[in-house]
Amino acid sequence: MNGFPWLSAIIFTPWLGAVLLAWGRPGATACRWVALLFSLSTLGLGLAALAVFQPGDPAYQLVERHAWMPALHVEYHLGVDGMSLLLVLLTGLVAPAALLASWRVERAPRLFGVLFLLLQGSALGVFLALNFFPWFIFWELSLVPAYFLIKLWGGPGAPAAAYQFVIYTIGGSAFLLAGFAAIYAATGTLDFPDLAAGGALAARLGHPWATVAFLGIFLGLAVKVPLFPFHTWLPPAYAEAPTGVTMFLTGVMSKMGVYGFFRLLWPLFPAPLHAAAGTLSWLALGGVVLGALAALAQADLKRMIAYGSVSHVSYCLLALFAVAAAGSRAVAPAPAVVAALNGAVLQMFNHGVTAAALFACVGVLEARAGGRRGRGDFGGVRAAAPVFAGLCGIAMFASLGLPGLNGFISEFLVLRGVFGLAPGFAAGACLGLLLTAVYLLNFYQRVFHGPPGPVARGCADLSRREFWVLAPAIAVMFVIGIYPQLVLGLINPLVTAWAGGGLLP
Amino acid sequence: MTLLPWTIYLTLGGALLVLAAGARSAAAARWLALATALAGWGVTLGAAVRFAPAPGLQTLVDAAWIPELGVRYHLAADGISLTLLVLTGLAATAGVLFSWNVTERTGEYFALYLLLITGVYGVFLSADALLLFAFYELAIAPKYFLIAIWGSTRREYGAMKLVLYSFAGSALVLAGLLWARAASGAGFDLADLAAGPYTAAQQAGMFALVFLGFAVLAGLFPFHTWAPTGHVAAPTGASMLLAGVVMKLGAYGCLRVAMPLFPAGLAFWQSAIAWLAVAGILYAGAVALVQDDFKFVIGYSSVSHMGFVLLGLAAANAGAVGGAVLQMFSHGVIAGLLFAVVGRMVYDRTHTRRLRDLRTMPLHRLLPFAALTFVLAGLASMGLPGCSGFPAELLILVGAWKTSPVWALAAAAGVVLAAAFTLRAIQLAFFGRTGGGAAGAPPHPLPPITWPERAGALLLLGATLLIGLRPDLLLGWIGPSLQSPLFQAALKGGAP
Repeated sequence: MNGFPWLSAIIFTPWLGAVLLAWGRPGATACRWVALLFSLSTLGLGLAALAVFQPGDPAYQLVERHAWMPALHVEYHLGVDGMSLLLVLLTGLVAPAALLASWRVERAPRLFGVLFLLLQGSALGVFLALNFFPWFIFWELSLVPAYFLIKLWGGPGAPAAAYQFVIYTIGGSAFLLAGFAAIYAATGTLDFPDLAAGGALAARLGHPWATVAFLGIFLGLAVKVPLFPFHTWLPPAYAEAPTGVTMFLTGVMSKMGVYGFFRLLWPLFPAPLHAAAGTLSWLALGGVVLGALAALAQADLKRMIAYGSVSHVSYCLLALFAVAAAGSRAVAPAPAVVAALNGAVLQMFNHGVTAAALFACVGVLEARAGGRRGRGDFGGVRAAAPVFAGLCGIAMFASLGLPGLNGFISEFLVLRGVFGLAPGFAAGACLGLLLTAVYLLNFYQRVFHGPPGPVARGCADLSRREFWVLAPAIAVMFVIGIYPQLVLGLINPLVTAWAGGGLLP
Repeated sequence: MTLLPWTIYLTLGGALLVLAAGARSAAAARWLALATALAGWGVTLGAAVRFAPAPGLQTLVDAAWIPELGVRYHLAADGISLTLLVLTGLAATAGVLFSWNVTERTGEYFALYLLLITGVYGVFLSADALLLFAFYELAIAPKYFLIAIWGSTRREYGAMKLVLYSFAGSALVLAGLLWARAASGAGFDLADLAAGPYTAAQQAGMFALVFLGFAVLAGLFPFHTWAPTGHVAAPTGASMLLAGVVMKLGAYGCLRVAMPLFPAGLAFWQSAIAWLAVAGILYAGAVALVQDDFKFVIGYSSVSHMGFVLLGLAAANAGAVGGAVLQMFSHGVIAGLLFAVVGRMVYDRTHTRRLRDLRTMPLHRLLPFAALTFVLAGLASMGLPGCSGFPAELLILVGAWKTSPVWALAAAAGVVLAAAFTLRAIQLAFFGRTGGGAAGAPPHPLPPITWPERAGALLLLGATLLIGLRPDLLLGWIGPSLQSPLFQAALKGGAP
């Protein structure tokens, strides 16, 4: 089966589903099932690809490389390594759950399914493309369905939020594009591995344009992640989007930005990143601490989880910047570097699973409260819905990093690594951990304990559908928390190669 | 290839036939016009299939015309002209489809329409400067009547302004050409004119006259103001042609005449042109962001997008100029589509173009096809990868970067503006009040979308997607053409 184009199949099966849905005009229920089925294909194909994947080899595998526009040196180039395979699996987990959480979308379920599958395919393309041209097509294309999913199915403030989301992101992308225009002008190629292997890209661009290109790409990625202080589009977008879409936005789309930092910015510009990493570490730390602080101040539960997302995603970047700042291998102790990078990649996966589950929980509450989701609108829900309280509690503890659950492993690895490289930042990040515990426990207490509020009385427990939205995520939290080797085995060889290879100037 | 001059003859013959048929039956005029447009397009496509890309113009016809003046009837084509000829055929066909509902003086409308197309084909095929100029004038005159008779908002004003600007530009071009002819002493053939010899100061002067004259029609800031008013006043088919191909005439004149003939002049004015182009991109984009008239949004967006073409020309390297030609094609298709949705699909049904009125109608439910078409065209216009605008703007940015990175960075901001004004228009026009009930309904039921509209929209959408995914189809023609000695003198070299 080595000749089979696994990666193309992974990307285009959801799109095929979208076309079938658009073409076939099935009924509302059939639409939902078809969308779910095609969404699940990612998980199936991803696992099949995992079976052929050689975890020990840090090189790109299952590579598909075809000429596309020879005159412009554009190729259709796909490939997978441990990190991208992990993100494909993450997409395969989050996307079907998000569709399941959107099962009750009554308005135009067919269009919803079409847009969602388009979004899913685009995100997968970003994780698998190795040439800037197809990569950027997927990167920009993902905005279109996301915009309409937020705008048409979101809350009352959704049009404004969707507009802000797209303008911010396109603004970032324009700089990213300008950066790559500069690279293309200087090198004549857009192939990621070639650009990274050529080395000294910064030197080839020359002063000061290397800096400008670096900053452009940085800006495009930083808005997408988002890195503090480029995050202001995120809370309204996450809060206004319907539950399933928010799950996908936080679970998968925010990872596109982080992935870009690891796949593009670091390998292409190791030296400029090294120079800037000291400053950038402060931004990442700011995201960790201020994101958690802001979450603490939110009364709207969705906004609270949204700010919490800013905080959690910043761990990934904090680890990367700490490693880049530490510089040469002689200075940076190898175990710390490897731990930080392992933690960062694992944290991408963990945050995707956990944050999506938390948003699903808020969606469950919202459905019972008739659209309200203030922290004070609930109370005593545990008595009425014990299963829900239990599952939500597990997701919450995973998010705040309880040992035995997945969040602990990645945050511990990040902190262990950062401590060996930049102890001050690790100490600062611990403050973020503390604040996370405060706002999450406060949330859990106000919603699930205390005297039953108006919502809690007569509040039903999880329906079977809602249970299956949460159950796979909860299972993954336990599995990775107890046996992290399962995932670390996939990324550790890759990360070790980064630490030992030319990425550290 | 050798059949290409037939685009001119067929279209002119078609115009006369349509005029005759229109006196009896409007339907006959429509079908004849469609057949003529399709025939012209078919000829260009047939030539494209057999085209062998090579540097330099490939002569098709060369005969003496006015020997006393040294004017020859010299038609020739290269990859650049071929790209624009194919565009003209496509835009003409789509424009006829979107003019299907013209009932007032149908025969005359389509006759003038085809006369305009005749001029456009002629310009793209001319290898003699004065012949090119004659066709250029032929393309301008019918526009006046198309707008003044069949137009809408302030049509006399819009028509007059457009024609005055165009003729003022033409006067500059003519002055520049006569000066060059006097200095060189040979004929008006482009190759003769290029031979010179001119002093650097002469070149700077001639280039300024010719380039500026043509650039007025390409919407060069600050001489662009005719474009939005003209586009808005014109009937749908005519505004599609105006934005789709007539603005390209100006850019083509700059590229075909001004740049290769006076390379030293280009070098002298390069920076000024680039800055004007960037100013146009940003200024028109900002203005488009605050318009209330839906058609003005598209009109200003055209100016902004043509700014990219001019920037690509000013960057003066093979990559950027190739991108500029690609952008001419791309903008021709996309702007045509946008004007078709606004003018034909929406305005002809709702009788309003004010965004504040449209936002009260749930148009995405009343006209889902129009909404979908506009969303796709809008995305293409924003330069979404996968659509034709993206490779074009990317090549222009890359090329501009090679000449001066500051231009590229400033122009990149224009991409963001384009996203902002396009999304705003999509949002207000089609998705204004999503929950609206009877209160938001238009005063009368909207007629459904007709088959010519669907066919025209699918043609144009297909073209932008095809070129978005396979830009090398056109770049394979454009690149070798830029290798000709004439262009090489103007360009700084480098692979496209």
